[in-house]
Amino acid sequence: MSNISHPTTQGISTQEWSRQELASLEIKPRVGIGFWVSIVLAVYVGLVLIQLFVFNDNWNWQLVFSYMFSQVILTGLLNTIVLTVLTTIVGLALGIVTTWCRMSKLVVLRTFAILYIWLMRAMPPLVMLLLVFFWGALVPTLSFGIPFGPSLFDVPTNEVISRFSAAIIGLAIYLGAYSAEVFRGGVLALQSGQFEACKALGLPPIRAYQKILGPQLIRVITPSMANEVITIFKSTSLVSVIGYTELLTTVQTIYARNFETIPLLTVAVIWYLVLTSLAMFGQSRLEKRFGRGFARRNLSSKAKQVDLAGA
Amino acid sequence: MSETTNPNAPLLQLVNVSKHFGELRAVDNVSLDIFAGTVTCIVGPSGSGKSTLLRTVNMMETIDGGAIFLKGQMIGHEVRHGHRVPVSNTVARRQTLNFGMVFQHFNLFPNYTAIENVAIGPTLLRKASKKAATAAGLRYLEQVGLADRADHYPSELSGGQQQRVAIARALAMEPQILLFDEPTSALDPELVSEVLSVMRGLAANGSTMLVVTHEMRFAEDVADEVIMMDAGKVIERGIPASLLHNPTTERAKKFFASVGTL
Repeated sequence: MSNISHPTTQGISTQEWSRQELASLEIKPRVGIGFWVSIVLAVYVGLVLIQLFVFNDNWNWQLVFSYMFSQVILTGLLNTIVLTVLTTIVGLALGIVTTWCRMSKLVVLRTFAILYIWLMRAMPPLVMLLLVFFWGALVPTLSFGIPFGPSLFDVPTNEVISRFSAAIIGLAIYLGAYSAEVFRGGVLALQSGQFEACKALGLPPIRAYQKILGPQLIRVITPSMANEVITIFKSTSLVSVIGYTELLTTVQTIYARNFETIPLLTVAVIWYLVLTSLAMFGQSRLEKRFGRGFARRNLSSKAKQVDLAGA
Repeated sequence: MSETTNPNAPLLQLVNVSKHFGELRAVDNVSLDIFAGTVTCIVGPSGSGKSTLLRTVNMMETIDGGAIFLKGQMIGHEVRHGHRVPVSNTVARRQTLNFGMVFQHFNLFPNYTAIENVAIGPTLLRKASKKAATAAGLRYLEQVGLADRADHYPSELSGGQQQRVAIARALAMEPQILLFDEPTSALDPELVSEVLSVMRGLAANGSTMLVVTHEMRFAEDVADEVIMMDAGKVIERGIPASLLHNPTTERAKKFFASVGTL
């Protein structure tokens, strides 16, 4: 009955199989030419990398490993980590406040937030760091009081601004503006029904954000926020311009003396890779933690039975 | 104050309530009395302002004119220097607690399970312990027939089940009045009846309900009064039997003929 050869089955001798036999044949994934090409490509890239890294004495791996855990490098690394963590905490807090202002119904707060974001977007971080560090030249005393009138409280700028505090302030106000836009993107991405449900329950906004909206928001913004934080972590290398010694500055001072530029940069890159891996691990943990309820779980067999019974 | 003690006084009173969106008069001078233990259904074509009217009651929409009274007390506004100003956010939230709202699109919190959705309001607002709120929440889930789904996330529930959880969430706050905003309009036809039967149960238990709906059968069976709205105005009102079967205005006749469910 099915013995008529059809154009679509040309070359495959379906005549030899009965319909029953065809129906009972196992179904396996189709392996195309693309699969084999990609395998060849992977082997090629692997060989190129091995040649580049392993059989090239100019990397001087011996030297790389000897510096990897040296006291001076680890101190620089610690400074980088401290700077990143503090900048992130201050920056994200600033970002939350800025978003709050940016979405406020009070026009003054909105304007402040927009001006701040505008200024930070326009300003290269390098300029920001230098400006903060040399603020003392511009404003010798920081005072709190009435402009043009009496001051309540004075402190010499140079007592507040050290290399360390200038680094944190410079990077944090930068992160504050960028993260504010990420937070706002997250708020805009939330369904309006969620705000309405919170309002109808009579939840104060802070509680609503803390318990209901915030967790949903974190889920949405985690990928872009991870970008911002990792960018800041690399931007810490910019603080070398104000003489704060973090990882990259440390490496630079060493190769300025021994001219082993590539191996020492390799040391820095490896540590940056390690820290970035940690950040990305944290990111995936966050995504899992705050993705609950959004992805289908594997229900327990008991719950499944209930599902079937109740359906 | 004497009104609050009078059992014959309406629980909720809308007096000449108006709401404009620019030029559009979404709600135009609507007055309404809702008595405790009654079910009032608001029907009418899309865009007639029925949802907006419902949303003015619990301050989801601000009003541009008129006033709303709960047990004789004005809500949403207070008198100051001879005119009215909106109440503070804190007072508004306290007044909101008198109402439980069920939305067309459920609006369950997707990051919480069914029982957590029901228990979260009492935990955060009634200062109930998590254990007590969960125990009470399970009773409400039982009432809507979903005790066996307590640990499911909304994404794991059907539309009808989600809406029943949403009803349980509203009930858990023990409101004086339940507001339903087209609770079955987003549901597959076969899931409508399970939600309506829960609502019938609530009505039978003496809950005070204000329901915006297109379910004429439900309105006929359950409502004490049916309000027909068109273009922001109440064009007809009465007991379901007379309004649904013998409407007097041409607009209402046309509407009920096109709905055609009776």
